[in-house]
Amino acid sequence: MNESLLRELVPAVIGVLVRRGADFAAAEDAVQDALVEAVRVCQDDPLRDPKGWLITVAWRKFLDAARAETSRRHRELRVESEPVPGPGEPADDTLQLYFLCAHPSLTPASAVALTLRAVGGLTTRQIAQAYLVPEATMAQRISRAKRTVSGVRFNQPGDVATVLCVLYLVFNEGYSGDVDLAVEAIRLARQLAAVTKHEEVAGLLALMLLHHARRPARTGLDGSLVPLAEQDRGLWNTRLIAEGVDVLQAALARDRLGEFQAQAAIAALHADAQKAEETDWVQIVEWYDELVRLTDSPVARLNRAVAVGEADGPRAGLAALAGLDTALPRHAAVAAYLHERDGDPVAAARLYAEAARSAPSLPERDHLTRQAARLNTRLRS
Amino acid sequence: MAKYLLLKHYRGAPASVNDVPMDQWTPEELSAHVQYMRDFAARLEGTGEFVDSQALSSEGTFVRYDGEGRPPVTDGPFAETKDLIAGWMMIDVETYERALELAGELSAAPGAGGKPIHEWLEVRPFMAEHPTVIE
Repeated sequence: MNESLLRELVPAVIGVLVRRGADFAAAEDAVQDALVEAVRVCQDDPLRDPKGWLITVAWRKFLDAARAETSRRHRELRVESEPVPGPGEPADDTLQLYFLCAHPSLTPASAVALTLRAVGGLTTRQIAQAYLVPEATMAQRISRAKRTVSGVRFNQPGDVATVLCVLYLVFNEGYSGDVDLAVEAIRLARQLAAVTKHEEVAGLLALMLLHHARRPARTGLDGSLVPLAEQDRGLWNTRLIAEGVDVLQAALARDRLGEFQAQAAIAALHADAQKAEETDWVQIVEWYDELVRLTDSPVARLNRAVAVGEADGPRAGLAALAGLDTALPRHAAVAAYLHERDGDPVAAARLYAEAARSAPSLPERDHLTRQAARLNTRLRS
Repeated sequence: MAKYLLLKHYRGAPASVNDVPMDQWTPEELSAHVQYMRDFAARLEGTGEFVDSQALSSEGTFVRYDGEGRPPVTDGPFAETKDLIAGWMMIDVETYERALELAGELSAAPGAGGKPIHEWLEVRPFMAEHPTVIE
């Protein structure tokens, strides 16, 4: 049994401890300790009943910690040493844990850190490495988050929307250190989809699978960004695409559309095109119309302008862009692209250079600078 | 979360309000200043926002490649350098506003007479390593 399989058991084991009377913060610490021990022990000898083993060891660690705490305070041990069976199903525990870790009282960064540890079973060190901060900083972020939710009752209904936001944040973080956060986000979304029938959970899972399927094609050998139209579609992961489409179709069949389903539908249409020029841009524009209707998001309108430019020509795209705030992230990049397609390389080169100056990441800045350089070189010759 | 660099300058930034050079302070004032910086870093670690803090020597040398098989050219430190970085603190915060708030607090470190220095600090956002998927 490897580490990632063990980590899948973490939410259920925390749930068992909480139902036996442990408070969430202490239960989470105990399970994390038990997990570390399990990884060490099963290197020599695989565990026959890993879940039972984790529950036993975590409960013992919890009791040890509680006794130490109690003797320190000279108080009676409040928790019985014998397990008290409580109500509730393991599936509910997992769902409750997602809700607790994405509680609205937490800031997004705290919710992300707590989710990765308590639901994902990652160590503080792994999370710190993934987010490029010192371990001590991440430890504090997690313990503050635990304190923030210490008054929240475990059995309160939560909000799926905040959980989805947290998972989407994790997915978009990429990867550094030894944890691939995109893969971890997909794992957590799959686990969530297994315990709730919410359409948007399926929508987000589908979106992640479809985006992740294209990751091998998105970066060149030199680390440069490869735009969708220029990607080698043979590198796309067809198994993930098929799974994403299946998950999406099942969600759409329930006829309760949400923004993640709409975004996944757009990603699915891209995935469906064997060549870039076979892309069904008309249908993509229709999905962007849905997305704008659902979210009223300026970013959705910006992306819609690109799709309109493909479906109805660059003039139409520029018209769709006209009403939007030029301060929007990536506005200049979209304008540059549409101006070039409209046969205005001078304006396009200027806008690409402008877009590069405000790019939020290095690969994007390099990509946009290269576009400006390409046009300027052509203009000089 | 986004990472920001709070840059402190030896030269190049506009003069601070409490502009007495450090070598004119009393030892107690210096200790109070150092303690303030330490406490500030410790507090940020406690809030989960601290990444790094470093000071740079005011010494520095410019180096330039001078062609195949030749040793690099060195020069400086230049007396008239327009700008010289003294050190930095790297933070990881939820918002730009929070970065400004913390830079403001750092700028209030005590100087001569125990009064805040009100020095200018430069706040620079880091570029992300990975692009967000936008296709």
